[in-house]
Amino acid sequence: MKIIAVCGVGIGTSAILKVNAERALERLELTADIDASDLAGIAVAAADAQVILTSSELAPAVRQAIGRSFAEVVEVTNYFDVDEISRLLERSLG
Amino acid sequence: MNLPPLPDEAVVIGAHAADWRSAVREAGRALTRSGATRSDYADRMIAVIEEFGAYVVIAPGLALAHARPGRDVLREGLAVVTLAEPVAFGHPHNDPVRVVVGLAVANAEEHVASVANLANVFNDAGAVGRLAHARDATEIRGLLGIEGGAA
Repeated sequence: MKIIAVCGVGIGTSAILKVNAERALERLELTADIDASDLAGIAVAAADAQVILTSSELAPAVRQAIGRSFAEVVEVTNYFDVDEISRLLERSLG
Repeated sequence: MNLPPLPDEAVVIGAHAADWRSAVREAGRALTRSGATRSDYADRMIAVIEEFGAYVVIAPGLALAHARPGRDVLREGLAVVTLAEPVAFGHPHNDPVRVVVGLAVANAEEHVASVANLANVFNDAGAVGRLAHARDATEIRGLLGIEGGAA
């Protein structure tokens, strides 16, 4: 299972999202590879991903970039809220 | 690896910012004063938001201003700006912003550990409010659990 955390530039915010998504997976007792990506690299990164985590601000651009990928785009409001991320991941992966 | 040092020069308490651009510029000036970046870096942080939107407002009240690594980044750096009046960045859920954290990294790999430390701080939902009300740089450093370091 592969999850991608996306932000505009691929550092900073996507890294925070990756760290907190790892904490959420641990809480859910699930294992997955989580990579961080920038918007420019998302089409390639998403090819074999199940879930793409991003903000609601970037979600439309992500959907456009990945085209007909099987990955589900999940919008996170608070990047530090492990409860929120756990709920979202449980819904997508469960 | 811990968070980068946060010298007094990298902290601004109660800044008056008319809009999000001047709030980000304040964080850019703090990064430059502390020796982490050249002044151009502020323009690049603003350009990221102009291009991609207010997604940098990653939690209620908190903006993480940053740009890609570049020649204007002299070393990894962190800045904290608290705003006297909250400023709207245009985020649908997390506005208005009370605290701007400026982040500069020299390469994409080195920052992952320090970002994890930042996550530890902000996993506590009360952290943004406490930072917003901090009275000085020492209190900010205490809340973030980091050293002052030489500018």
